[in-house]
Formats: sequence, structure tokens, C-alpha cells
Amino acid sequence: MTVTRIGEAVRRKEDHRFITGKGQYTDDIFRPRQTHAYFLRSPHAHARIRRLDTAEAAAMPGVVGILTGKDLAEDKIGDLICGWMIHDIHGQPMKMGSHPALAKEKVRYVGDHVAVVIAERLDQARDAAEAIEVDYEVLPAVADLATATDATAALVHDEIAGNLAFEWHLGHKAMTDHAFERAHHVTRLDIVNNRLVPNPMEPRAAIGEYDSGNDSFTLWTTSQNPHVARLVLSAFVGIAPEHKLRVIAPDVGGGFGSKIFIYAEETVCAWASKRVGRPVKWTSDRSEAFLSDAHGRDHITTAELALDERGKITALRVKTRANMGAYLSTFASSIPTYLYATLLSGQYDIPAIHAAVEAVYTTTAPVDAYRGAGRPEATFVVERLAEAAAREIGMDPADFRKKNFIRKFPHQTPVIMTYDIGNYRASLDKAMEIADVKGFNRRRRQSAREGKLRGLGYSCYIEACGIAPSQAVGSLGAGVGLWESAEVRVNPTGNVEVLTGSHSHGQGHETTFAQLVSDRLGIPIEQVTVVHGDTDKVQFGMGTYGSRSGAVGMSAIVKALDKVEAKAKKIASHLLEAAEADIEFKDGKFSVAGTDRSIDFASVALNAYVAHKFPTSEIEPGLKEGAFYDPVNFTFPAGTHICELEIDPATGRTTICNWTAVDDFGVVINPMIVEGQVHGGIAQGVGQALLEGAAYDRDGQLVTGSFMDYAMPRADDLPSFKMGFTETKCPSNPLGIKGCGEAGAIAAPAAVMNAITDALGTEAVPMPATPQTVWKIARTRAAPRAAE
Amino acid sequence: MFAFTYHRPSSVRKAAALAASVADGKLLAGGHTLIPTLKQRLAAPGDVIDLGGIPDLAGIELRGRTLSIGAMTRHAEVAASPVVKEAVPALAYLAGLIGDPAVRNRGTIGGSIANNDPSADYPAACLGLGATIITSQRRIEADDFFTGLFETALEPGEIITRIAFPAVKKAAYVKFANPASRYAMVGVFAAKRTADIRVAVTGASQSGVFRWTEAEEALKKRFAGRSLDGLSLPADDMISDLHGSGEYRAHLVGVIAQRAVEAAAG
Repeated sequence: MTVTRIGEAVRRKEDHRFITGKGQYTDDIFRPRQTHAYFLRSPHAHARIRRLDTAEAAAMPGVVGILTGKDLAEDKIGDLICGWMIHDIHGQPMKMGSHPALAKEKVRYVGDHVAVVIAERLDQARDAAEAIEVDYEVLPAVADLATATDATAALVHDEIAGNLAFEWHLGHKAMTDHAFERAHHVTRLDIVNNRLVPNPMEPRAAIGEYDSGNDSFTLWTTSQNPHVARLVLSAFVGIAPEHKLRVIAPDVGGGFGSKIFIYAEETVCAWASKRVGRPVKWTSDRSEAFLSDAHGRDHITTAELALDERGKITALRVKTRANMGAYLSTFASSIPTYLYATLLSGQYDIPAIHAAVEAVYTTTAPVDAYRGAGRPEATFVVERLAEAAAREIGMDPADFRKKNFIRKFPHQTPVIMTYDIGNYRASLDKAMEIADVKGFNRRRRQSAREGKLRGLGYSCYIEACGIAPSQAVGSLGAGVGLWESAEVRVNPTGNVEVLTGSHSHGQGHETTFAQLVSDRLGIPIEQVTVVHGDTDKVQFGMGTYGSRSGAVGMSAIVKALDKVEAKAKKIASHLLEAAEADIEFKDGKFSVAGTDRSIDFASVALNAYVAHKFPTSEIEPGLKEGAFYDPVNFTFPAGTHICELEIDPATGRTTICNWTAVDDFGVVINPMIVEGQVHGGIAQGVGQALLEGAAYDRDGQLVTGSFMDYAMPRADDLPSFKMGFTETKCPSNPLGIKGCGEAGAIAAPAAVMNAITDALGTEAVPMPATPQTVWKIARTRAAPRAAE
Repeated sequence: MFAFTYHRPSSVRKAAALAASVADGKLLAGGHTLIPTLKQRLAAPGDVIDLGGIPDLAGIELRGRTLSIGAMTRHAEVAASPVVKEAVPALAYLAGLIGDPAVRNRGTIGGSIANNDPSADYPAACLGLGATIITSQRRIEADDFFTGLFETALEPGEIITRIAFPAVKKAAYVKFANPASRYAMVGVFAAKRTADIRVAVTGASQSGVFRWTEAEEALKKRFAGRSLDGLSLPADDMISDLHGSGEYRAHLVGVIAQRAVEAAAG
């Protein structure tokens, strides 16, 4: 039994459970007398409900209850909320359309919730749902983002003119415009950041259970942040007071942001369990997931970069229209604003930036955070511009970046952020070496001889993780603080339970968090258990998203460990009969400085609980400490990804040949887990660039509603990645961690598209660059670059 | 899924008799089309007749120059079969391209052919090799079997028992897969057996799998990819969807056919 150190690639403790089928997901839970919910969903993108008749359906076999928006209103259940208030360019609050968990007068997207049928069996619920009579007055769909604000467009929410949730801006407009007037060269790109469906492996699920004896509820659900779910369901939706509502997020099979939000189905299951007096279970099928999980991205952007005569960037100007879908989802408003425009400086020293954003309602599924959440969109804008600008002025894209990199830290950007530390040149240099950029022209000529077009693209991304401090995010409109909590419980026999407000749904917290404790307390990793995901066990926590668990969640654990160590030292000083100041703690042993007298951690723990050998008037018995940690700044992971690919112009098929990722995540706790996070992120980013694209037709029907038409990346779409790390320690948290969860998804799309545009010799290539799209462009290119 | 009566007969005769006796029966082979359709409530048969319990429908054998594959043979078995690899290597290769391992271990050759999905792979092999479909009632030449989208020459209640392929070495299948579904967006099976040259195309046409006779004619002069230079198909006849227009598919047929011929001639 040895200690596991920070930095060791130790295998994941949770994997034994997962790969032997012992994971306990929400759908694996069976409550006594549970019923099954089936949601009747709108088949129309936009319609007024003239009449809703459930009488015949209610009499069908097995039906326990049918509930509608009317019942919600009767119980005074509130609307679902958006938890980030944006004030528009005129200082007015954003326009939030009413978002009932079950439709009231109107339905606003295909998949919107009309009624819930609760029955003994799922098939009975479904049969009954098919017997519900709904008389729809079909209204015109607003499916096209570009024309959604036209005067002729129907209104998604009758009271919101022009379908505009808000117009918002960031940066200095006059300064930026002035720089553009004086620019030596301006590069301009029209960019569509394609709409994505998150598709975690486990679909959403919920079981609501009401205990009439205690007048309390339990909700098992697929949540990345069970405490936030409880807070929203209590304080805003009004299911039950917080102390009467327990939310449990057991094993969760991936989220990618889509399980942050508080959705209609989970809300209804909790509420309905009291209505019907029995537990109510719902598990989304894949088709429902496509229709009703919050989608990601979906921006239309015009972006411009101003350069001086030496190729130095003088200004960046961006206009973005962001699709919000039919309703403002839980954090939707923050994504195309504070999580997007604040990163538009990229890794570059840009004196003036201005971003104007319109957030627009359409009759499509709500759009909210998806892995990266605003930051992939920002990196895509900046990195596509950088590559295109370098090409236009005839400068090597890597040299162009080196010329414009920020070199001095801390660096204040014109868009709020203060970058604390980084070394962008180091990661670019290392990536270029690993990718053998020097040999690229030779490889390109070889491809040309075989009739193929080869391209190379860079993406020097930056992200902001661990959104904080709470005071700052509050001033920007966040409805919550973004600290994290931890509790370290040392048991009398010296093993440890760590309770954390971070939630693991694939990130490997049970290993990395235990690794931290093992390293710090000098006890084997096997003697540490990480507890999360239950509001009855963990006091409070903000959950997992935005790559915050390491930087914020682990910092809270460090703070609690500091307190544990301090108290243990006090106890050890009594046991060793020495002054507290003379006690040293190292490798799991408390010793008296300059002597051979020592006592191990487990003995101190036992003594803490038996309390025989120290005065309890001075030191309380027990060894359990909690901490709340609020960071002083965001963290800023950054790095360079290089994509090299080959296009078959005859078919349009793109094959990625080489992928190099050099990331600066600060201190890395477990390199194997971190690499895995980057791998997954790259796969999703490549998915966005080459394969994935959610499409609605003119009537607002989702035409990519299954894996038959929505292309997910598979292993054989990807090469084996070449990875490297550089390290600048994050100065704002005790471990020097920056976060790694989203980097791949942020970096990858721009790297792929920079390589494709390099191969094809045109900047106008939309995502996803499917074979047909690439073929169409390739055949119109008379002299592709490969022939040069 | 709606309720139905499940049958598992032990012989082809019993299965055929059952199929004839029920009003609204469906035969179940690998179930890769039928089961999802039932789950989505897009079909509601009164009876499902599972062919999985009929020993006669299994097995791969080579008799002389004829490779005979039982209708319930799984794709994975065909892909891994040393007999198939020896007699018609292109057929084993094709079977290994269908779906994913889970699909290949359930899906059957008979089911695929009977369903005649316009994007399925096996119909191209049957047509490209000039196979014979043997049923509970008769023998049907592949040329007469595939009659349109999801349509075949099978009569109600008629059950495919085996498929007989001629042993052909000079044959190749090249598949351009749909990036989402991995079904064939265009799949071309090209084969040369003495004077008989066949080019069968799946995935592309609105009327399902077809023989590209113009290409076959051109290849009679010389069986080489170049012989197809300048040949084209009308885009109007091609499937047009989210993933590829008719024009793109028509173009792909030309490119993929050349590659298939080159591989077969190789």
C-alpha cells in the first residue's frame, strides 16, 4: 500500500464499477410502486393549443394520471428559469419568454411538452398519450436564425417584439472603429458556428418520489449539479422548500453541459409524484434526447481583423447572432455573452475589440452550454481570422501568431479578462516540433502526386475556466456564486471520505480527488472515498461544468485538508508531548523537529476520536473539516493544436493524418485522465468540424433526429493523437491547476477548418465540412494549393 | 412496440405454413430493420415468425464452383469464413463492412436481401456476382429478384432459404459510406467471370440496387478503371438527401465504380 502522488498516471478507481456493469445510473434505480411517465410532445414547431382533451386517454388501461399545464398552474408551479440576467445595450433586462414545464397556450418547438401521462407501464402511458386529443392551430415556424428577426417572422413569444431576447455588446466601439479606419489591411470572414446535439451516452432520466409521511420529495436525476437543481426547483419553480427536497445525481453517463440545466421532464417527475402519490420515473429515449436536450453553438457571425503594415493586429470587430431556441434555458444567456465575447482576444495582444451580440428566439429546441460553451465559438472566430489574415498578407501563419502573441503577464484584455499567466510561444514551438511542420511541404508534394490535397492548420486556443470570483460573476448577471465546497471526514481508523460539491459524470474525480488526498495525507489512494451527487450528503456545491472541478473543487479540498492537518498537528503535539510549532507533517507522519519521535496519521486519527490524550476543553474531539473556496480569478488554460489532413478531391472525403495537441493546463494531477479528457474533446471538436450539424427544415422539423442522419465522430474518423504539455503554474489557486475538460473541443474545430481551407485554397468552407460540401468546393478550385 | 404473437417454427415448411395462415405476419431474421420499426410503432404485425430456430437456414458450403450460404447466416460469419474468403474474397470483405460488430453478429444475409434496403450492401454483391436466390418455393436469379425500393420478387409467405454465388476471384466491392449511418451512399460491386462482366450499384438510385450496363459494355473492351472515363449517370435518377444530392451521388458512382474495377482487376 503506497501513496499515490500528484502527477502519477494512476488508473481510474471508478472504472472497475463501470466496466463490470455495476454502475448505478438513474434508470437502474427501481422504487417500490414506481410508475412510468410518457411525455406527449408537440409535433409542430409552433402552434396554439385550441383544445386539449384527456378524458378518453385517462380511462385507458394502466393509466394513473394525466397532467397538463392547467394542473401545473393549479398547484402554482412556477416557470423554468434562466439564471443569468443580461442587461441589453439600453440597460434593460433581457426579455424572457414564459417557459412552463407543460405547455399552456402555445407550443414552441417540435418536442415541446404538451402533457404527461403516468401509467403502470411505459407502453400503457404511450398508448394513452396517443389517445389524447389535441386541437392545434398551426402557426408559422421560425426555424431560420438569419431571418428570425424580420418583420414578417411570426412571434415565438407574442409579447417579445422581433423575437429578440436582447442586444448586447462588449468592448470599445469607437476605439475599434477608429482602428479599422486606419488599418493597413482588413481580413473579414463570414462564419456559421453549426448547431450541435450533445448526445451524452446516457440519456436524461428522472425519478420523483414524494414521501407523504415527511411531506418531502426525493428526485434522482441525471444532473451535473444536483444542488443547483434543488435550489432552482425550490426557490423558483416551487416544488418544495430546499430542506424538503433531496436531489440525488447518482452515476451519470456524460453531460457535456446538457445536464447542467433544469428541464421540464425532471421537474414534472418530482411534482407529479405528489399528485399521483407514487414514484414517477422517466427515461429519455434517444429520439427524445435529440428533440429536447438543449442544443449547443448555433451562431452566425461576421468577424473582422484590422492589421497594421507590419502584420500586427490593431483591432477585432465581431457581430454575432446567437440562436436561443424557443425558450431561455438555465444558463443560455451567458453563453454567447460573457462566456464568448470575453475570450475574443485569444492569445493575442489586441488593443481594441468590439463585439455586438443579438440573442434571438426561434421555434427550435433551447440552446445552452455545450462542452466549451461560448469559448469554442470565440476561439473559432479568432483562430480562423488569424489564419486567414496571415495568408492574405503572405505571412506564415505560425510567424503571424508569434508576432501577435501576448508576452507579458498579467495581461489585461479589452474584454474584461485579466490573463494571469501563460507562455503561448512555448506551446506553439513544441507543437510545431512534434507535428514536424518542417516536413509538411514534402508530405504535401507526396499527397499531390497521389492526387490528394493536403493541408495544415493551427489553433492557438485559450479558454477561461473556473468562472469566478463570485462577486465578479454576480456583477455580470449570474444568479449564483461560483465557489465550491468540500468536506474531509477522517474516520477513526484513518481512512478518509471526501465530500465534494463537484459532480463526476465521466471526469474521473473519484481518482484525481483521492490522488490529491493520498499525496497530501500520505495514505494509500485505496483508503480515500469521494462522495458527491447527493444533496443530503454534501452540504452544498455548484457542480461540474466549465472545467471547474480541478481548479475550484480541488482547491476547496485543499483548504479543508489544511484545516485537517492543522487540527491533527495540535493533537499530535499532545501525543508527542511537544510544542505545536515543533510538529512537522510529512509522508503521513507527524514528527517532532530534530528528534526521532513521530506518530503516523492513522494513530492521530484514532486519538482524535477516542479523545483520551488531549484536553477536550482546548481541542474538540473528531477530525472532520469543511471549507468553501472562492477563486480570485478565472484560470486560463491555453495551447496549440495542429491538424494535418488530406482530402480526396474525387469524393470530397477528408482524412485527418496527424493531430498534435500541446496544452498548458498548469499542474496536472493525473496525466492519463487529462489526456483522456483532451482526446474526448478533440473528438467532439472534429465532430463539429467534419460531421455534426443539427438541421431544422423550414417547418421547424428536426431533420437530423437520429444517428441515421446526425453524424457522430467514431474512433476510425480520428488518428492517434500526439500529445504534449507545457506548464505555467496557475498563480490563483493552491495547486496551480488550470482545467482541461473543454480544451480539445475548443481547439479542434478551428484547427480542422484551418487545415481544410489550406488544402482547398479558399476560406469559404462551412462546417460541417462533409464529403459533399468539400467535393463541391474542390471541383471549382482550378488551382488548389497542393499544386503550387 | 405493440403486442403481437411470437412464433418460432423449427422448419422452413412450418414457417411457410404459418406465414400463409396468419393475416398480418412478419418474418424475423436478424431483426435489424423489423425490431426498430416495431419499437418506433411504425409497424404493428399481428404475428412475428422468428426464423432463428430453423437449422436448415444456417451454414456456408462450397460445392464445386458454387458457394451456398444459408439465409440465416450472420454477416460476421460470412466475413470470417475461410470458405467464403477462398471462393469469393470480395463477398467476405463486403460482409465485414456492414454496420458495426453488434450489427454483424445479428444481421443475416437473407434478411438483408429480403428487405432490399436501397443502401444495403448485400444486394450489390448478389447482382454483381449473378447470384441465385433459393426460396421455399423456387430459384430466382438476382437479376429478377430486386424489383424496386424495399421490393423483391418474393411472394407473400415465400421464404429465402439459401443464396448461391458463383466462385469469382476477380471481384471487388468499394463502399463510400454515409458519414452518419455508415450505410452505402454509393457502393459498387464489380466482377469479371470469363465473359460475364457485372457492375452493380447500391445506395445511389431511387429505384434501389441496379446494374450499370453502360459501364459493363465499356469494360468488355478492357476490364480497367480507365474504360469508364467519360461515362456518367443521370443525376435525376439518384437519391437526393441531406448527405448528398443526386448530382453528387451520380458523380460518386463514376469514381467508386472505377475504383472497384481497378481493385477487381488488381
